[in-house]
Amino acid sequence: MNAYAENLFSEDDKIKGGGSLFVEGEVDTRHGPILYMEDVSVSFDGFKALNRLSLYIDAGELRCLIGPNGAGKTTLMDVITGKTRPDSGSVFFGQTIDLLLMDEPAIAEAGICRKFQKPSVFDALTVFENLELALKADKRTWATLFFRLSGEQRDRINEIIETIGLHDCRQARAGILSHGQKQWLEIGMLLMQEPKVMLVDEPIAGMTHQEVERTAELLLSLQGRHSIVVVEHDMEFVRSIARKVTVLHEGSVLTEGTMDEVQNDPRVIQVYLGG
Amino acid sequence: MKLTALAQDKTCTAVLAALAAVTLIIPFCNLAFPADSPLHFSAYTVSVLGKYLTFALLGLSLDLVWGYCGILALGHGAFFALGGYAMGMYLMRQIGTRGVYGDPLLPDFMVFLNWKELPWYWFGFDHFGYALLMVVLAPGALAFVFGWLAFRSRVTGVYLSIMTQALTYALLLAFFRNEMGFGGNNGLTDFKDLLGFNVQSEGVRAVLLMMCGLTLIVAFLLCRWLVNTKLGRVVTAIRDQESRVRFLGYRVEMFKLWIFVFAAMLAGIAGALYVPQVGIINPSEFSPLNSLEIVVWVAMGGRGTLYGAIIGAVLVNYGKTVLTGLLPEIWLFTLGAVFIVVTLLLPDGIVGLLKRRLKEQSA
Repeated sequence: MNAYAENLFSEDDKIKGGGSLFVEGEVDTRHGPILYMEDVSVSFDGFKALNRLSLYIDAGELRCLIGPNGAGKTTLMDVITGKTRPDSGSVFFGQTIDLLLMDEPAIAEAGICRKFQKPSVFDALTVFENLELALKADKRTWATLFFRLSGEQRDRINEIIETIGLHDCRQARAGILSHGQKQWLEIGMLLMQEPKVMLVDEPIAGMTHQEVERTAELLLSLQGRHSIVVVEHDMEFVRSIARKVTVLHEGSVLTEGTMDEVQNDPRVIQVYLGG
Repeated sequence: MKLTALAQDKTCTAVLAALAAVTLIIPFCNLAFPADSPLHFSAYTVSVLGKYLTFALLGLSLDLVWGYCGILALGHGAFFALGGYAMGMYLMRQIGTRGVYGDPLLPDFMVFLNWKELPWYWFGFDHFGYALLMVVLAPGALAFVFGWLAFRSRVTGVYLSIMTQALTYALLLAFFRNEMGFGGNNGLTDFKDLLGFNVQSEGVRAVLLMMCGLTLIVAFLLCRWLVNTKLGRVVTAIRDQESRVRFLGYRVEMFKLWIFVFAAMLAGIAGALYVPQVGIINPSEFSPLNSLEIVVWVAMGGRGTLYGAIIGAVLVNYGKTVLTGLLPEIWLFTLGAVFIVVTLLLPDGIVGLLKRRLKEQSA
């Protein structure tokens, strides 16, 4: 601080800064939304996967995304997580973090995690090891080489194993798990990362009725602490968890609202029934 | 699951015991017993075994890259050759005035080419410590530069494999050139001393075999520790689901680079141990075919197990020694056939076969 400013501001003013503080490592969500997507377009060989899409996700919200095949749901997740770069538009995490400047690991480190449509766990590793890899820790090479699990971290992993109901197979290789169990394991891996935003692509595919119910309970229990975006085709499931539903169609937001509002929207009916 | 772990540990212990035996007993018997004693091992056996052990170390290093990280590197022989050249340069400088031309500073081939002074990159190679440093640094640096460019641009699969072949082929052509200052076509040979001892003497050969065995044991234990660390698990995860690892926040390219450089350094050490035992290093070590052979060793032994690579390297090379003695012209066909049979029938190699047998027996 230069001498002039030194004299101009009192100690108290300097602490408050007279305005908003920029806090390193914190996501700035004071205006509500934690994710801002504005005017985002993505095209593949002329096909517009996303067409000037704008979407805001509030901090702590559980949002469901629905839409017919090809509506751009997975592309939207690809853009947020850094897998696909949009042709235009902007994507912000909080008010200050520009996700378009970051790559996948950086975005994951910042606190946006993703469950894939096809369950992606590491088949050769055990359930415990899968969760250990996902654990929030220093993820650079040397730190990883000399990594030792602390008692606290071990407890955390065991806690998550309980949460996802896999305590009977914690030392089993992930490859031998059922489809539903793999889905759960991947959700567990998301939780290990202590994310601020969870993007969950088709979480209940291949699950039994009981598993579906438990997934719904889990997702509902997580809202508030995490912002969760769920893409799902199963309308009954969406109805059971969603407060707010966003309908995508041809790469743009068609409408937003509660499940009832959305289901009674004539445009939505037309898109789904092809009327 | 527990059973296979046990079987794995058993095989692993057996391999280690065999290595320790070779390291201790054979050099001892070679030196302690006279040539007509039934307990004597000939100098030929000693040098052939020493060679196999360096190949085993080379196979081990490729298994880290291919078996654990899933990078099918088809140019791994280049790192072996670079390590070999570094050792060769040291050995050349030890010749001193005993060369054909008797030049105290310049190796014979430089005198022959009418060079007046030692090229700058030959400086320091008269010190053994410096040479040892170069044995790991030169392959490591090449692997770092190549890996940095390739992994950052996310070149994977068959494209990467082709690039590694091109890399070793380019080096082959470069080292053939006399202007490069590495002895051109003939390479470096006619070595005299290693640390003041005659390289050709039986004692030094026996000690070299011991060094090979020890290095291999240490490297094996180091690799085993490595693959059981969290880094090892990240690397395995990269092999199976590269993009998932990225979404967990790991910089995949840095992990690949780390393991690639580490393996290249191991390969360099293998090359450095190889050269004094065979007495020559020339550009043919860079030939793409050599690098393909390493892949066959690892595939045959069983990749992703470490000790499989050791078993594979020793067996294939033993087969090569026998066959090239009997019917030299069919060796390459045999090698090709072995590779096809292993790929089709034994995807987990010999080790996989053994494991299955053990399981069946106990079931």
